Amino acid sequence: MELRSVKYRIAKNYGFKALVMIFAFACVIPLLFILFFIVSKGITQINWHFLTRIPKPVGESGGGIANALVGSVLIVLMAVVIAIPIGILGGIYLSENKKGRLAYWSRLCTDVLQGVPSIVIGIVAYFWIVKPFGFSALSGSIALAIMMLPIVVRSTEETLKLLPSSLQEAGFALGMPFHRVIFKVIVPVGTSGILSGVMLAVARISGETAPLLFTALGNNYLSWNIFGTMHSLPKLIYDYSTSAYDEWKNLAWGASFVLLLWVLLLNLLTKLITRKWKVQL
Amino acid sequence: MESTIIKSRNFNASFGTNHVVKNVNIDIPRNKVIAVMGPSGCGKTTYLRCINRLHELIPGATSSGEMTINDENIYQMHPIFVRLKIGMVFQRPNPFPNLSIYDNVIAGYKLNGIKVPKAERDRIVEYSLTRVALWNEVKDSLNKKGSFLSGGQQQRLCIARAVAMEPEVLLFDEPTSALDPISTSTVEELFHELKTNYTLIIVTHNMQQAARVSDKTAFFYLGELVEYDETKIMFTNPKDSRTQNYITGRFS
Amino acid sequence: METTSVENSGVTRSDLPLRVINSTPEAIAKGKSRVKRSFRQIRTETVFRHTLTILGGLMVVLVLGIMLTLVVKSVPSIKALGIKYLWSSTWDPVHDIYGAAPFLVGTLVTSFLALIISIPFSLAVAIFLGEYYPKGWLPNFLKNAVELIAAVPSVIYGFWAVAVLVPIVRSLETHVGAQPIGNGILASSLILAVMVIPYAASLGRSMIQLTPSSLKEAAYGLGATRWEVIRRVILPYTKSGLFAGILLSLGRALGETMAVTMVIGNTSRMPTSIFDLGNTMASVIANEFVEADKPVYVSALMELGLVLFLVTVVINMIGKKIIDRFTND
Repeated sequence: MELRSVKYRIAKNYGFKALVMIFAFACVIPLLFILFFIVSKGITQINWHFLTRIPKPVGESGGGIANALVGSVLIVLMAVVIAIPIGILGGIYLSENKKGRLAYWSRLCTDVLQGVPSIVIGIVAYFWIVKPFGFSALSGSIALAIMMLPIVVRSTEETLKLLPSSLQEAGFALGMPFHRVIFKVIVPVGTSGILSGVMLAVARISGETAPLLFTALGNNYLSWNIFGTMHSLPKLIYDYSTSAYDEWKNLAWGASFVLLLWVLLLNLLTKLITRKWKVQL
Repeated sequence: MESTIIKSRNFNASFGTNHVVKNVNIDIPRNKVIAVMGPSGCGKTTYLRCINRLHELIPGATSSGEMTINDENIYQMHPIFVRLKIGMVFQRPNPFPNLSIYDNVIAGYKLNGIKVPKAERDRIVEYSLTRVALWNEVKDSLNKKGSFLSGGQQQRLCIARAVAMEPEVLLFDEPTSALDPISTSTVEELFHELKTNYTLIIVTHNMQQAARVSDKTAFFYLGELVEYDETKIMFTNPKDSRTQNYITGRFS
Repeated sequence: METTSVENSGVTRSDLPLRVINSTPEAIAKGKSRVKRSFRQIRTETVFRHTLTILGGLMVVLVLGIMLTLVVKSVPSIKALGIKYLWSSTWDPVHDIYGAAPFLVGTLVTSFLALIISIPFSLAVAIFLGEYYPKGWLPNFLKNAVELIAAVPSVIYGFWAVAVLVPIVRSLETHVGAQPIGNGILASSLILAVMVIPYAASLGRSMIQLTPSSLKEAAYGLGATRWEVIRRVILPYTKSGLFAGILLSLGRALGETMAVTMVIGNTSRMPTSIFDLGNTMASVIANEFVEADKPVYVSALMELGLVLFLVTVVINMIGKKIIDRFTND
């Protein structure tokens, strides 16, 4: 075995390691680029005015994203209210029924639902809710709730699966009925996992635009009516991003900054929760 | 005339702050079977893995002292060269699952990028499989993947894979602990044959195995090499009380 | 009443046999209410269990409902245009002519181009985190950064692409001699490539970490270098898992709407080069759904939605099957 070929192999070894590292860290460059851009362009927009006024018509200066902000908050809140109970209970169902036909299909369908493109959910929601009842923030929330469900169900199921069965058995042995065992014993122990699943789902849908395009539509005025059209941060960004008017473009930057901040905050909190409140078994 | 192939002088090994091999001084003679025995956690496997420098692959693992093969310092050579001279057989048979039996035997050549003409490759495969008494059993299924082989056959395949590289030393890390008794005795028969061409160092927690197969035995306890002598002497008239206690089963 | 030898010697209430304690009037009343409460709880329990089952079934109902809606709403289009809808290339809603080929081509080209661009990066991240540095602060930073890429909303990617990426592509086009528009297939593929990296990367990383160390040690023991172990042992072993990761990324790319819509140019013409403007199935729905007035128009768009749905579902299912088989081996 010649010395030279081993030297070559050793060089190749280091060469490929360097190549892998370069490519791996190169991924971060576009991300940093984007973050830097959004922050630098957006942060200058933030002021009280920005947060409390609605967009001014073309040509007038000033204006803000109040309607989009309020809209996003309301729509996401409603989606959360709809999706959390259904999602958590669905997750409980799956974790309690590891085998069985319905459980199998339910699990399969949860996975299928997770992969459905958001625009498809949007057009389906249009036919289910908008056609009969008209455009509304509520319809948007329902579409978003449908998107949230698989995430919440899955993370609830995974969290509860980790808990030892002895925990449940202890509850039963004390004569507790099933629902008490679930809500007083199991769920409290699995809170951190369930909570992080919810937060991740919220982070995900906060930025979704496609489902809202055909449901909540958008609204140039500040509205609190959940049965009517409503604006949202992603919709504002979408509308104004391609605008030729600097005023509107600036609003889009500001809105992007707010949205990004919100999403990053949620992700950070989720990480902290899972680290701090790790399930003590 | 007996000559020494592997020498250790003041050799130490640690995992981070955990000092598991303490000041080992040992001379391994050529073409003999050396058994390394001791209770769990005594450092024998760690010591073995230091000989072919697998120990340092674990993050945080360190070693110090002198370890030579043919008077060349193992820790000053590139690990590839060390491992070409010193082969290893592991506790659980680990043939490469995506390679055929034939390809498994010459896997060492393929991995090292050593180009060998087909006729030579065939010769190496036949030779290695014959030396581990597997040739007749698999010669008609060389192109099949080795998953149908029994545990003992898979382990012999791994020995053939190591032998194919023509090393000088073969290290065995508890090679039969995952095998049934019949496979174990087949593998043990090999040791006697293999020592004509190779030096064998076998870590085992099975005292009877050590007594059966080895020429010399080393006894490790709590990281130290407590005693090292001819196997006959170790088992009938050990000089250290700790060795005596281990052999008589006071602790295991 | 049973008497025990202990009874007469300073016996306290708790020493009495249960049958004695339980036959006092207070105890009997308490027992009766306890039984009543137990019956109530059993009823609640049954209701609860039924609720759970219903909600479990809800998932199935949702998916079936989505599929049904898509199919039913596509029927007018299928009836009117037939199967050649999928390969005709004229999309002219004004004259009621619909052909989906430009959008199928746009979707396939952007997704596969994005995949090809992103795979080396995803693979590098997977190898780096899975084999070279599974622990430590630097790999943690990379892992979080890559997860962050997946967390950024797609409309923000689109906005940034419009503001930054499109001008860059435009200047590239002037250098290459193509029409300097900026928008188009190339720009969409680029932003899509960035967005899709995390999926193959994180799945690839888990698969690589599953490689049994005994295999790696066998290879090291035979004298292989680290790269040789990666290339000849780890990668072949995780082949199917890595493929599943790529499928996951592909599924994501096919369904991505906002960022692509904002950048691809929204034209119904069949693209002939990567510098052309184009449209994907998702982006044409996003752009034209609200304005679609004729029933066949709407139905044609719904049919696109159906195709999107089927394709993404199938790809995700295949990927999941591969992973399940891999982790159970």
